[in-house]
Amino acid sequence: MKLLLGLFISSLRRRRFAAALSLLAVMLGVALGVAVSVVNRSALDEFAHGVRVLSGEADLQIVGPRNGFDDALFAPVVLSEGVAAASPVVELDVRLPGRDSPLRVLGLDLLRSIQIQPALRPETGPTLDAGALLDPDLIYLSPAALQRFGLSVGQTVRMQLGARTIALRIGGVANGFGAGQLAGLMDIAAAQWRFDHLGRLTRIDLRWASGGDTSAARAALKALLPPGLQLVPPAQREEQAADMSRAYRANLTMLAVIALATGAFLVFATQSLSVVRREAEFALLRALGVTRVELLRGVLAEGCAVGLVGGSIGVVVGHGLAAIALNTLGGDLGAAGYFAGSRPALQFDLLASAVFLLLGLAASVLGSWWPAWRAANADIAPALRSSHQPMLPPASVHRRVAIVLAAMAVALAALPPLQGLPVGGYLAVACVLACAVVCLPALAHLLTRSLARWPGLLLGLVRARVAATPSHAVIAAGGVLASVALSVAMAIMVASFRDSVDAWLARVLPADLYVRSAQGAVAVGVEPDALKRLAAIPEVARIEPIRHEQIRLDGGGLPVALVARTVPAEGADRVFPMREMRPCSGDCVWVSEAMSDLHGWRTGQQVQIPIGGGEHRFVVAGIWRDYARQSGAILIDLARYQTLTSDMRANDVAIWAAPGVAADMLRERVRALFGPSLEIASAELIRRSSLALFDRTFAVTYALEACAVLIGLFGIAASFAALAAARRREFGMLRHIGVTRGQIGTLLALEGALVAGIGVVGGMLAGGAISVLLIFVVNRQSFHWSMDFAVPGASLALFAVAMLGFAALAARLAGGQAMRLDAVRAVREDA
Amino acid sequence: MTGQLEVAGLTKRLAGRELFAGLTLTMAAGEFVAVMGESGTGKSTLLNLIAGLEAPDAGQITVAGQVLNGLDDQALTLWRRRALGFVFQSFHILPHLSVGDNVALPLRLNGQGTLAASAIALEMLGRVGLAARAASMPTELSGGEMQRVAIARALVHRPTLVLADEPTGNLDPDNATRVLAFLAEQVREQGAMCLMVTHSHQAATVADRVLRLANGGLHAA
Repeated sequence: MKLLLGLFISSLRRRRFAAALSLLAVMLGVALGVAVSVVNRSALDEFAHGVRVLSGEADLQIVGPRNGFDDALFAPVVLSEGVAAASPVVELDVRLPGRDSPLRVLGLDLLRSIQIQPALRPETGPTLDAGALLDPDLIYLSPAALQRFGLSVGQTVRMQLGARTIALRIGGVANGFGAGQLAGLMDIAAAQWRFDHLGRLTRIDLRWASGGDTSAARAALKALLPPGLQLVPPAQREEQAADMSRAYRANLTMLAVIALATGAFLVFATQSLSVVRREAEFALLRALGVTRVELLRGVLAEGCAVGLVGGSIGVVVGHGLAAIALNTLGGDLGAAGYFAGSRPALQFDLLASAVFLLLGLAASVLGSWWPAWRAANADIAPALRSSHQPMLPPASVHRRVAIVLAAMAVALAALPPLQGLPVGGYLAVACVLACAVVCLPALAHLLTRSLARWPGLLLGLVRARVAATPSHAVIAAGGVLASVALSVAMAIMVASFRDSVDAWLARVLPADLYVRSAQGAVAVGVEPDALKRLAAIPEVARIEPIRHEQIRLDGGGLPVALVARTVPAEGADRVFPMREMRPCSGDCVWVSEAMSDLHGWRTGQQVQIPIGGGEHRFVVAGIWRDYARQSGAILIDLARYQTLTSDMRANDVAIWAAPGVAADMLRERVRALFGPSLEIASAELIRRSSLALFDRTFAVTYALEACAVLIGLFGIAASFAALAAARRREFGMLRHIGVTRGQIGTLLALEGALVAGIGVVGGMLAGGAISVLLIFVVNRQSFHWSMDFAVPGASLALFAVAMLGFAALAARLAGGQAMRLDAVRAVREDA
Repeated sequence: MTGQLEVAGLTKRLAGRELFAGLTLTMAAGEFVAVMGESGTGKSTLLNLIAGLEAPDAGQITVAGQVLNGLDDQALTLWRRRALGFVFQSFHILPHLSVGDNVALPLRLNGQGTLAASAIALEMLGRVGLAARAASMPTELSGGEMQRVAIARALVHRPTLVLADEPTGNLDPDNATRVLAFLAEQVREQGAMCLMVTHSHQAATVADRVLRLANGGLHAA
């Protein structure tokens, strides 16, 4: 058996080129999957580590709106039954002028926090005494923050606070933070005072006394909490971060899996062709006494070897790609929002490595299964005849299978999400791909028949060849179909998404100019006084303040954004693009599609919303399209919000220029009044930067698609390399009767283009169907975003032409040996 | 097209072994010559050299006034297209083209239009008794029929020289006799030369002249 196994494995060496391409395809698929997983794992681990550092040994946390809650709650909480220790926290993201990375400022009661967050300790500089820890002018920065911002102990650091800046001196180093955490530590009273949070907390960390965690104690604690506040374990924040990015991660992983599936097609193509070429060899082995099962195992072992070697290299390359991605794109792979600004350290992901290695192995073995089965069941006698012409079996059309697969796709697409993931959608995509592959023979037949009137000798030869050997066309085109389908689906989805986002931005950014308090410092904001000064600028026609808050609804789940804007009398659709709307009577809110999907809120429904420490009843008057917040958003009229909260600050301010005033001039006027403390941008700039962010987010998917396309082209190259060797006699005869080398090359190129054309047409059709699934099922269920269908016709046409060109080139290069002189001798029986 | 073949002083070394040492061969227009010899004496290599598929180490080959020495691959290919016809032991009929298209192939290569080429091919197939099979695929033919198709393809463009390499090697004796007689008849009818290499004494009987390839040279058998 060992000898036999060696015989099969050594055949891979004989067909190095095809084997190398198969190996490369599996390697790429595995590498992409591992890379996506490793990056996500590293980012999540870093986030979880950050959460653990900040929450220390807390058993529970009281959390509420991002703007905080009344600190009067602390006293009853600390005295509550079973609570051994409680630590009040003010946690704010602030920005240093001119710096993009936010600094997380943690205000702690240092005498209490030592019981829960003992690791977080400020270390005073040499010139300060212990009393300096309470100095309201001092802040202690983590080593990472000092390094990132180029600061040192004793220096003064300025931080933005709404429309102004405050200055704090660096009193020393804050120990206990994670290696990359940009954080600062202050006394809680100092933080409340200096950051306009007097009387407010953002969190209370709790530790139970031994045996104190009873249901009665929890109930008593819960009873103390005003509406909008929740009692959550620290781990829930890790889970929420994982939940937030899960759909994005799952979608990237699916792309990697499709790349791997394309690799399986390539293995299938090369193995099928190799089995055909070795029919006589296999027949001899069978005649010598090798059993069918041994033959089957032998061919499968070849696939196994390709999968194992390719997969192992893929695991290593995947970690390398992950390291590059973490350094260049960050932990969220360019999709700013999930782990924005994070630069996690690379971690070896054993589970992902094992899973994707197994997937690579499975893809390779599956790709080898049918060729192996065919080899094992071939007739021996005909294959041993010298006149035997190795032929692929005819490609048959399985109409019933195609219909069943299409029906399954439709049924699966109608399924609701599973654990927030569009599992039905993914399976429907797989069914569409499988259906398209099943339909390939019919498509090949249709296309070659429609090209029956091709002019010219070479074109006619190509058409006749492809029409006579549809099996080869199907095998070679399978990989192209899968990769083109993936690319086309993604292109249509991205174009639809981008167009919709562009239209959405135009609707939500009606003003000439927007100013905002420092990004990341959402809890702070532009004060009423600054708003008045803005409105008083002669070049300003009118302003509209916008307030962002984050609230927590009963029943847990991710925090929900509350957007307070002036809703005009003409209707809320002047503010956001409404998908459905009804006249508002009484207290109304309008909710995003994600709110509707995640919380089941419908138009006309009465809902309870915790705002300003109280629970208030509203009627849902409409559902709007929102591309900014994935976990749900609620639009409330600004005046109503201010009445309920007495919060008169704004995060963003929309400014309309007076007639005849250019946006640039207006910006200069605002800049002159507020200096660099406010970010000022025109609607056009925000639109452009938003679309740039959008493009960056999809950059990774483009890379995944490019890999899938590359693998598809490998399939063409591999099959033509194998076929060129098998067709040496045919080319030799053609050369005898006067076909030039160049014409043989053209013949190969045209054949490559035609075969790829079958895959491209199939891929376009399948891709169109998959894009519908992506847009209306996968995206909707993953991110709760609806979008208008848009087909980037010109780009797709260009892509198709490029694919044909590359396929022609790949076939021409791979079939190079067909043009060598020895091909001429191939026709001879006697040298 | 008529003419003559002149091979003078042909020398060829292959894998360190001298196959031909000053080989000389002359054929008159319309002549049918059979070359016999043991395996490995270079019969097929001789055909390759005359077809311009391999280059000699020394010597000169002239076919119908065209000196092959010095022509590059492109020129040789175009000359072959015009002036040569081939008949192989394994027929080498393209399996994905119909019988008619296979025969029309040399005409199409020489620039004939599709319709004209098809008409001439059909006429040629008629001469080999296979006009009714023009639309058939090669897989539907017997071995003898395939070789007749191959002969039709070799002659359809009226070449100067037909090179036949063991044309009956894959045929039974009855078929072999019929095919050879047919080849000889067609070659003579067109006034072409035919150089056939074969192991078969029976096959050689159709030739005007039989030569034996041995010790690097051609000798009268």
